[in-house]
Amino acid sequence: MTDIKNDIALYIHWPFCERKCPYCDFNSHVSDTVDQAHWRDALLSELAHFAAETQGRRLTSVFFGGGTPSLMAPATVAALLDAAADHWQAATDLEVTLEANPSSAEQGRFADYRHAGVNRLSIGVQSLRDEPLAFLGRVHDAAQARAAMKVAKAVFERVSFDLIYARPHQSVADWQVELGEVLAMSGDHLSVYQLTIEPGTAFFREGVAGADEDRAVELFEATQEILEAAGFLAYEISNHARPGAESRHNLTYWRGGDYVGIGPGAHGRITPGAHGRITPGAHGRLASPTTFEATHQIHDPARWLELVGEHGHGTAKRRQLSPTERAEEMIMTGLRLTEGLDTKALAALSGLSFDDLVEPGRLRELTAGGFLDAAAGRITATAEGRLRLNAILARLLAPEAGA
Amino acid sequence: MTTDLSHIRNFAIIAHIDHGKSTLADRMIQICGGLTEREMKEQVLDSMDIERERGITIKAQTVRLEYKASDGETYILNLMDTPGHVDFTYEVSRSLAACEGSLLVVDATQGVEAQTLANVYLAVDASHEIIPVLNKIDLPAAEPERIKEQIEEVVGIDTDGALNISAKTGDGVAAVLDSLIERLPPPQGDVKAELKALLVDSWYDPYLGVMILVRVQDGVIKKGMKVRMMATGAAHQVERVGVFRPKTEMVDQLGPGEVGFITAAIKTVADTSVGDTITDDKKPATEPLAGFLPSVPVVFCGLFPVDTGQYEDLRDSLEKLHLNDASFHFEAESSAALGLGFRCGFLGLLHLEIVQERLEREFDLDLITTAPSVVYRIHMSDGSMRELHNPVDMPDPTAIDFIEEPWIKATVMVPDQYLGSVLQLCEERRGEQIELTYVGNRAMAVYRLPLNEVVFDFYDRLKSVSRGYASFDYELLDYAAGDLVKVTLLVNAEVVDALSFMVHESHAESRGRAICEKLKDLIPRQLFKIAVQAAIGGKVIARTTVNAMRKDVTAKCYGGDITRKKKLLEKQKKGKKKMRQFGNVEIPQSAFLAALKTGE
Ligand SMILES: Nc1nc2c(ncn2[C@@H]2O[C@H](COP(=O)(O)OP(=O)(O)OP(=O)(O)O)[C@@H](O)[C@H]2O)c(=O)[nH]1
Ligand SMILES: C[S@@+](CC[C@H](N)C(=O)[O-])C[C@H]1O[C@@H](n2cnc3c(N)ncnc32)[C@H](O)[C@@H]1O
Ligand code: SF4
Ligand SMILES: [Mg+2]
Repeated sequence: MTDIKNDIALYIHWPFCERKCPYCDFNSHVSDTVDQAHWRDALLSELAHFAAETQGRRLTSVFFGGGTPSLMAPATVAALLDAAADHWQAATDLEVTLEANPSSAEQGRFADYRHAGVNRLSIGVQSLRDEPLAFLGRVHDAAQARAAMKVAKAVFERVSFDLIYARPHQSVADWQVELGEVLAMSGDHLSVYQLTIEPGTAFFREGVAGADEDRAVELFEATQEILEAAGFLAYEISNHARPGAESRHNLTYWRGGDYVGIGPGAHGRITPGAHGRITPGAHGRLASPTTFEATHQIHDPARWLELVGEHGHGTAKRRQLSPTERAEEMIMTGLRLTEGLDTKALAALSGLSFDDLVEPGRLRELTAGGFLDAAAGRITATAEGRLRLNAILARLLAPEAGA
Repeated sequence: MTTDLSHIRNFAIIAHIDHGKSTLADRMIQICGGLTEREMKEQVLDSMDIERERGITIKAQTVRLEYKASDGETYILNLMDTPGHVDFTYEVSRSLAACEGSLLVVDATQGVEAQTLANVYLAVDASHEIIPVLNKIDLPAAEPERIKEQIEEVVGIDTDGALNISAKTGDGVAAVLDSLIERLPPPQGDVKAELKALLVDSWYDPYLGVMILVRVQDGVIKKGMKVRMMATGAAHQVERVGVFRPKTEMVDQLGPGEVGFITAAIKTVADTSVGDTITDDKKPATEPLAGFLPSVPVVFCGLFPVDTGQYEDLRDSLEKLHLNDASFHFEAESSAALGLGFRCGFLGLLHLEIVQERLEREFDLDLITTAPSVVYRIHMSDGSMRELHNPVDMPDPTAIDFIEEPWIKATVMVPDQYLGSVLQLCEERRGEQIELTYVGNRAMAVYRLPLNEVVFDFYDRLKSVSRGYASFDYELLDYAAGDLVKVTLLVNAEVVDALSFMVHESHAESRGRAICEKLKDLIPRQLFKIAVQAAIGGKVIARTTVNAMRKDVTAKCYGGDITRKKKLLEKQKKGKKKMRQFGNVEIPQSAFLAALKTGE
C-alpha cells in the first residue's frame, strides 16, 4: 500500500556522459577522468545529510538518472543502495531503476548492476534507425541498440526504453514501422518523447526546427493508437506501460510525494522531520500540515564535489514552498497523468482545495470545451486536454487578463 | 553689454536632414573657441539623448560666438542650428524670425532635397540674405559645381558667392564666417526706444526653471527689471539674463540685435506664448513685433500604458515632458481594449515617435500607440460642425451631413528611375498632381494629397518604392469633403475600439481585410477558435478566423525537475498582464501593437 505522507523516493544524479548529445539540456558533462571513489563518497555523504532529516520513512523507489548512470562503477551503485537501505526502511517491493545507454561497454555491466540491487533498467534507445541516431549525435547505432535491449531483457525483470520521435522529416508511416519494431522487443514500459529544441543546446544554436504543430499532433496520435493497441497504456503524456508496470518513482513525482535528490543539479521535495500528520487549522479548514521544502543541489559537478567535501552536502538552494505553490505543482503534474489529479490528496498535502486555486468558471469553461473532466474526487485532462496542457494550465493557474 | 550693431551678425543654418548643419556648427564653435578640445564632441548642440542616438536635431539651438574676422575686427555671431525634418519646420521658422540671414547647407553628394526647398522658401519669406554652402566636399562623390547649377535651377538663387566646405574636416569654414560678416546685414534697432524683444522659444531647465529665448529688437533687457508679455499681459521680474556660448553664461543685459535668454518666476512653459513680444512693464511699447502663429498638432493618436497600473505615471510624465515641448497636446481617453490613456496631438509622425520614445526612456514607461489619425471636420445635419480627433468619437452617421478631411501640398524629389512608382503611389493615395519638373536626372513632383493617406503608411511605402532615394516635404493646404467611413474591428463579435480607423470608402475593404489578416497572424492560437471581423456600422466587410491550437504540451521527460514547468507558468502569468480579455479569448497587447504598426 502506498502512503504518500510516509513514503519517500530517492533520485541520484550522475552528471557524466561519453559525448554530449546535441538536443540534450540535462546536467550532463563530458569528462576524461572521473574518480569513482571520490564521487561515491560525496554521494554517500549527501545521502546521509538528507536521510538524517527524513528518518524512519519508507523508501519506495530509487532512480539513478543522468547524464549516463551506466557509466557508474557497479560497486558505487551497490554502496549507495546499501546506504539507502540503512537510512530508511526499504519497501519490500522497492523499485530501483538505472538509466543506461546502449553502447557495448555498458551492456557488459548490466548483470553487475542487477547484482548491486538494480531491478529496473531504462535504456536510452532513442531510435532503431542508424540515420536518426547519427542525427541525434548518439554514440550507438541501431544494431547496438537491439543488442542492448536483448541483454537488458535477459537480465532484468523490468525494462523500459526511451525513444525520441517527431524528428525532422520523420513521416508517420516510417514511425509506425519503427515503433512496431520497438514493441516487438519491448519490456513492460516505454517513454516516448517528442523532440524538443531546448535553449542552450547545439540544436538550438544551429536552428534545428522541431516538428510543426500539425505533424506533431499526427505523430502523437499515431503513437497513442499503436501503443494502446499493443497494451501499453499511456499513464502520462509521454509514458506508457502495461497495467501495473508504471514507474513508481515517476508517479511519486507526479502525485506530489516526497523525494530526496542528490548529486549535481538534483532537485528534491521533502517534508523534513518524521511523519507528516494532518492538523486541523483554525475555522475547521485544513491548514498546511507540515513544511514542504524544495531543494536544489549545485549544478556544476566540480563545484558540487568541492562543497560536499567541505560541508557534507552541496545544496545550492533550499526553500519552503507555500501551500499555493505546492498545490500548483500538484495540479501541473497531476493533470499530466491519465488518472488525473486526486483532489483529496491535494487538500491533504497542500491544505488547499482546487476551488481555492482555480476560479470555478474556468473549470466549467474547460470541461464544457472538452478539455477536462471533473468527477468525484478527481480532475482529469481528456486526451484533447493533455495535448494542450500548457495552455490549459495557464488558463487555470494564471490570473485573468486585463479586461 | 550692448554691442555695437555693426559688429553683430545673426544667422540660421538651414538644410535638408543630414546635410551637415550641426557639424558645421561644431566647426564654427571650435574656430571661435567656444569650447575646449575636451568639451567638444560631434554635433555638440544636439544635447538630448534621443538627438544623439538618432543623429538628428529636434530642437533648434542658439550659440553666441566671438569671431575675429579677417578685417581685424571682433564680431558677435549668433548662430542658430535648426532641425531638418519636416515635422520640426515650426522650429525653423521661429529661428529665422530671430535672424537676418541664413546659411543654406547643401550636401554636395546629394544635392537639393525636399527640405532644402521648403527651408529656402521660409528664409525668403523672412527676407533673409541667403548664402549657399556646398558641404561634404571631402567625399569623393561630391560634385559641388553640378549641385550649384542645380541650386540655381531648382531653388532659383544665385550661387556666385557659394562656398565649398567640409564641415567634417573644417576645410573652408573660416571663409564662411568671413563671408557672412561681409554679406549679411547687421541687425537694426534702437537702444533708446522702448524695449521690444521677440519671445523665440521657451523650455524647462531642471536647474534654472523656465528659460525664455529672446531676440532684442529695440531697447535693453536687464536683470531685475519688470517685463510684460504683450499678448498675455503677464508681468514678471527678470531674474537672470544670459547667453549660450554654448555653455550658459550670465550677463547683465541684452541690447538691440542680441540673442540670449532670460528667466523669471514662471512656473510652466505653457505660461509663455512663443512669438509674443516682451516689453518694459513701466514703459511699454505700443506696437508688438510681428510674431508668429502657434503650431497646431496635425496627427493624433492614443497613448496607453501597457501596464494599466501605470496610468497615473503616464499622466505625470506627459505633464513633465510638456514643460519642455509645448507643441504636443494631450487629454485623457479611455478605451475598452487598452484601458485608460491619453489622446495626444503631434506635429507629425516623427514628432509622435519621438515623444513616445522619450516617455518610454526618460520615464521608464511601456506604451501602446494607436493608429495615427488626422483631424476631421464633421458637419452635422443640424448645421453644426465638430472636430474629430479620435475615430472612437465618430457620431452616428445618420446625423452627419458630410465630413471634411485635411489636404496637403506634398513635394517629392526623386531620381527619375523611381519616378514612375512614386507617381503611382501618389495616385493610389488619391493624389492630384499639381506640378512635375525635371532637373537633370532628378524629378520633383508636387501633389495635392489627403493627409490621412500620408499618415497611414506613406513614408514607409515611399522609402521602399524609391529605395530610400526620395525626399518628402509637405504643408497643410485646406479641408475638403470626402467619402469617409469609420471601420471597426471585432474579435469574437466584441469591438476592439483601439483598432477603429477612419478611411476613404474606396479603401475601406482592402484596409479592413489587411488588418484582419494581420491580426489573424498576430493572435496566437488558443484553446478556442476566434473570429476576427472588420465592419462599417453593422455591415461586415472582411472576416478571418484564428483556428484553435492543436497541441501545446511539453512532451519531454522532466522527472523531478518541475522548476522548468513552473518557470513556464510564471512566464505565462507575467504574459497575462500584457493580455486583454475578449470573451473567452486573450489577446496579447503585442498583437494590437503590431496591428497598429500600419503597413502592408
Ligand atoms: N564626410 C563628411 N560627412 C559630413 C560632413 N558634414 C556632416 N557630415 C556627416 O553627415 C551626417 C549628418 O550631419 P549632421 O551635422 O548631424 O546633419 P544635420 O544637417 O545637422 O542633420 P539634422 O539635424 O538631422 O537635420 C553626420 O554623420 C556627419 O558626420 C562633411 O563635411 N563630410
Ligand atoms: C535524462 S535523459 C538521458 C538518459 C540517458 N543518458 C540517455 O541519453 O539515454 C532521459 C531521456 O530524455 C529524452 N530527452 C532528452 N532530451 C530530449 C529532448 N531535447 N527532446 C526529447 N527528448 C529528450 C531522451 O529520450 C532521454 O533518453
Ligand atoms: S541525452 Fe543522455 S547521453 Fe545524451 S548528453 Fe543527455 S544525458 Fe548524456
Ligand atoms: Mg542637426
